[in-house]
Amino acid sequence: MSYIVDRRLNGKNKSTVNRQRFLRRYRKHIKKAVDEAVTKRSITDLNSGESISIPRKDISEPFFHHGKGGKREMIHPGNKEFVSGDRVQRPQGGSGGGGGDGDASDSGEGVDEFVFQISQDEFLDFLFEDLELPNLVKRQLQGIESFKFVRAGVVNEGNPAKINVVRSMRQATSRRIALTSSSRRRLRIFEQQLQALQEQDSILRDKRKEQELEEEIAKLRRRIKKIPFVDTIDLRYNLHLKQPKPTSKAVMFCLMDVSGSMNQAMKDMAKRFFILLYMFLKRNYEKIEVVFIRHHTSAKEVDEEEFFYSRETGGTIVSSALKMMRDIMQERYPADEWNIYGAQASDGDNWNDDSPTCREILIKDILPQVQYYSYIEINPRRHQALWREYETIEATVEHFAMQQISDPGDIYPVFRELFQRKETKRAS
Amino acid sequence: MTERTPISTGSDWTFELIQDYDREIGRIAEGFGLDIYPNQIEIIAAEQMLDAYSSVGMPVGYNHWSYGKHFVSNEQHYRRGQMGLAYEIVINSDPCIAYLMEENTMTMQALVIAHACYGHNSFFKGNYLFRTWTDATSIIDYLVFAKNYIMKCEERYGVDEVELILDSCHALMNYGVDRYKRPYPISAAEEKQRQREREEYLQKQVNELWKTIPQMGGKKGADLTRRFPEEPQENLLYFIEKNAPLLESWQREVVRIVRKIAQYFYPQRQTQVMNEGWATFWHYTLLNQLYDEGKVTDGFMMEFLQSHTSVVYQPSFDSRYYSGINPYALGFNMMQDIRRICEKPTKEDKIWFPEIAGSDWKETLTFAMQNFKDESFVQQFMSPKVIRDFKFFSILDDDKEKELHITNIHDDPGYRDIREALSKQYNLSMNEPNIQVYNVNIRGDRSLTMRHVRHNRRPLDTESAEEVLKHLHRLWKFDVVLESVQDNTVMDTIKCGANGIEKKSPEKDSEEELSLIQRV
Repeated sequence: MSYIVDRRLNGKNKSTVNRQRFLRRYRKHIKKAVDEAVTKRSITDLNSGESISIPRKDISEPFFHHGKGGKREMIHPGNKEFVSGDRVQRPQGGSGGGGGDGDASDSGEGVDEFVFQISQDEFLDFLFEDLELPNLVKRQLQGIESFKFVRAGVVNEGNPAKINVVRSMRQATSRRIALTSSSRRRLRIFEQQLQALQEQDSILRDKRKEQELEEEIAKLRRRIKKIPFVDTIDLRYNLHLKQPKPTSKAVMFCLMDVSGSMNQAMKDMAKRFFILLYMFLKRNYEKIEVVFIRHHTSAKEVDEEEFFYSRETGGTIVSSALKMMRDIMQERYPADEWNIYGAQASDGDNWNDDSPTCREILIKDILPQVQYYSYIEINPRRHQALWREYETIEATVEHFAMQQISDPGDIYPVFRELFQRKETKRAS
Repeated sequence: MTERTPISTGSDWTFELIQDYDREIGRIAEGFGLDIYPNQIEIIAAEQMLDAYSSVGMPVGYNHWSYGKHFVSNEQHYRRGQMGLAYEIVINSDPCIAYLMEENTMTMQALVIAHACYGHNSFFKGNYLFRTWTDATSIIDYLVFAKNYIMKCEERYGVDEVELILDSCHALMNYGVDRYKRPYPISAAEEKQRQREREEYLQKQVNELWKTIPQMGGKKGADLTRRFPEEPQENLLYFIEKNAPLLESWQREVVRIVRKIAQYFYPQRQTQVMNEGWATFWHYTLLNQLYDEGKVTDGFMMEFLQSHTSVVYQPSFDSRYYSGINPYALGFNMMQDIRRICEKPTKEDKIWFPEIAGSDWKETLTFAMQNFKDESFVQQFMSPKVIRDFKFFSILDDDKEKELHITNIHDDPGYRDIREALSKQYNLSMNEPNIQVYNVNIRGDRSLTMRHVRHNRRPLDTESAEEVLKHLHRLWKFDVVLESVQDNTVMDTIKCGANGIEKKSPEKDSEEELSLIQRV
């Protein structure tokens, strides 16, 4: 008779450990593939996993086997026109033997690349590996306003609403057992004696002793009864602790120059940068909002579509955007509730008089409130006034960073540089 | 025609139906005299099948990245729809565990039950190789022991350390089997108990071999001519486990685990055609019997036959689906053919198989199943009719000639030669390079010399051989030399020392020049 077992509810991911071991072993390869992929990918496409290919040679497990050469006889099915004694040309490229050769794939000649898929999460893990959000901890502890209650075991004191009935009753029971055990033992002995006495013939009975025993028994019964069913020392209370809930909300400000000097290619580069930043923040915060501000001579808050695709002409006043960011921050994103990140992209053109204003707004109003502010200049040419003003900020403010990008391939390296772990970052 | 009272009509399965089918199939199998281990049928989901796949079908196994690699690639193929999952996996254990996939239809479940739970199962129980080389009652326990042991090692010595040893052992896995000796059956309880004793004992033995204190009164001259080991050793992993000078005892145990598992799979590698052929023959026979008794519908049979036919399909050598001889096709046809020879022998059969023509087919088939492996099975039972049906022909590929030579085809002069050649093709020890431990320089630099004896002038694949030597060097920790020998002369020498690989072949080194190929 056969047993039939339903195993479908058993764990499905038995291979997870082995898979992780595999990913771990080929970490370097995968990382390289991910880095390459991200520069090649279209801008909106960071939401999927990636297929990784590793040269098959690198992951093959070697074993002794025959190489080419020597003499061998192979049997194949499906003869059509051969008769014995025929001679045929060696097939091109094959390892001999007229078609499929048993170990062709084993010797690594079949397929050159080992291709497999990693999930989006894994992709991003590899992508953002050894990057970190600057100043993440600081803000989490600062300005905490929300708390949550977590269970923290059982204690002896508390308010009646939190009595833990099961534990209290357990205590009471054990206390009663402990306090009455000697009395009950004696009670049992006396009862036995009494019974023995009563079973004797009525003439032989010792009436006095009988009475003594009865009194003794009654006394013990009273004593046992006196032990309270529940005592205050039995009571146990659930303990809840107030735990600070770190703010898990973040807002990201994207500021972009859309003046005539920014062409579509430059905007694309800016967009890639913004998207990388967005994905990165998303891995660190539960909820994230994005504010798009674009500017030429005046700034305007727009939606994503308009932000990236509509085009304007005219001059450039960067401070207009910074002012707008400041106002929106004050109005909608108080710094004690939100983690604020700013990213600004521009080609560096600005009215000359405006750059000192930008610096002032940044230092006075924006930088004290934000977690991190990054500026990228998309400009293959030399720097202008805005860059120089910003350079003075970078020198003094820890969480301000700036980089220059001149072609799409730079974006990811620059991004990595901006968010590299602290130890390595400010080395220079 | 009998009255039809089918067990079920729909394509959905339920546990009750599986039980009903199993009972019916079991009853018929008993009627045919199949001797089986008790069955344990487990229903699993597709993901679990993928898991099972990657761990070579075993329900438990130690962790290693290579299993992850298999899993990743299987998963990839499966998701893309390039690969259907096997409908079943069956484990040679007592009770015999068979996995049924949840997604299968009722017909497929019945097919799998017949194929795995009665076909493979009776093969595991009956075939002499499985009987001598594996112990079905203890394999699961042993795997659990192995998994736990390796886990403990990882905790103690780090994942990377253990991985290095496992990598090296895996590279030599095919050389971790005794081809001729019978091993002791493995049992987990004993294993655990004995493992500690063995640790000490082994180390002592190794120390004995490598001790450098000069022996009193020993004659040095006598020692120099003696080789160690005195006879060449075919089981490389065993040799390493017992004799590697610097391995720690836990590392020896890991070598042993890999070796034991390789040994367990050795019979399966030698009986693929027979095992699959036997199971396919029986699912075909059992389900047809079920149909004749009116227990299944016509629709059931259509679905079953459709699946059966694709399993036993043999593409021609020039088809783009061709990847060697399909063991299911060859095995099934040979089994059917034996039955035919027994029941309706032709004149030709009476000449070729006088002793089985006209005999009882059940007895003859059982005898064949019990006492042969692929190599001898083909040699003994392949009839001219099967050769004709498959249109077998043989090609001689000699690197000294410009063209390939068609030596034999499926005609009268060719039958015997083709049968002979095909039988050789299933001889594992012919397909794998013959490499044995030849000598250890125990008084000198402790180098290990192995010899590859060439057959038909076939050389080793150097690239992989070098990689394997590196692994061997990791285990042996002193120089490792591999000599490739043809007609008693050394053709090639590969040496792996602390400085990497050195190669030497007589054609090139006219000035005794060693080319330092690679530094580590």
